[in-house]
Amino acid sequence: MHLKVLYFAQLRERFGLAEEALSVPESVVTVADLIDHLGTRGGVWLETFASGAAFRVAMNQEMVALDATLTDGAEVALFRPVTGG
Amino acid sequence: MTVSSTKTNLDLTAERFSVSVQHEDFDLNTEHSHLVSDDRGIGAVVAFIGMVRDLNLADDVVALELEHYPGMTEKTLANIINEARKRWTLQAARIVHRVGKMHPGDQIVLVLTASPHRGDAYEANMFIMDYLKTEAPFWKKEWTPQGPRWIEARESDDHALTKWKKNDL
Repeated sequence: MHLKVLYFAQLRERFGLAEEALSVPESVVTVADLIDHLGTRGGVWLETFASGAAFRVAMNQEMVALDATLTDGAEVALFRPVTGG
Repeated sequence: MTVSSTKTNLDLTAERFSVSVQHEDFDLNTEHSHLVSDDRGIGAVVAFIGMVRDLNLADDVVALELEHYPGMTEKTLANIINEARKRWTLQAARIVHRVGKMHPGDQIVLVLTASPHRGDAYEANMFIMDYLKTEAPFWKKEWTPQGPRWIEARESDDHALTKWKKNDL
């Protein structure tokens, strides 16, 4: 499955990456699986996702829960809770 | 134009309900005039303006930078207005949210709500801001004399949202 993954604000700065095209193995089915998968990169990726800090996920520009099923070609965005207004 | 029911509201032209995410500052009088234009059925307009403060967490703030998720931001703001229209009789509504670098005293966000009677405009305006603060993909970064830092989300904002969700029951 192919995904476009976006990182915003704190996560973008920490990973030094705003966006990437990602090909994930079949074992990656849900948003939570994707996060585990990114954590296997180790270093700052693992630290970030294992830190217990809250973050949010949007799929195709709508907020989704961690158990949401990924769809091929989806745009998945990861970020810390929002602070506008 | 007479506005007597929610049904009529839904028939109003879409341009009475709009959102804008922009770098430029906004002018309250201009936005207000455009919102009410020729609608004589409007009896109340409520305006909320969010400003950049010079003090946060006991540190001087010299600048603020707003980042957002282009595309999702506009969709989310439009959804929030649609949610408000389901709950209150609104004749017009507008959200303007600035992005980029700002300074203490600058305006960040404008929410205008217009209705036949003030109750709807007041409540819808607060609802829109409460939702915006927890749902719309904006992130604030502050510059202090100690350097930049990202603002963390506040629990009180989640509590403000919970109030509306409880009202659904």
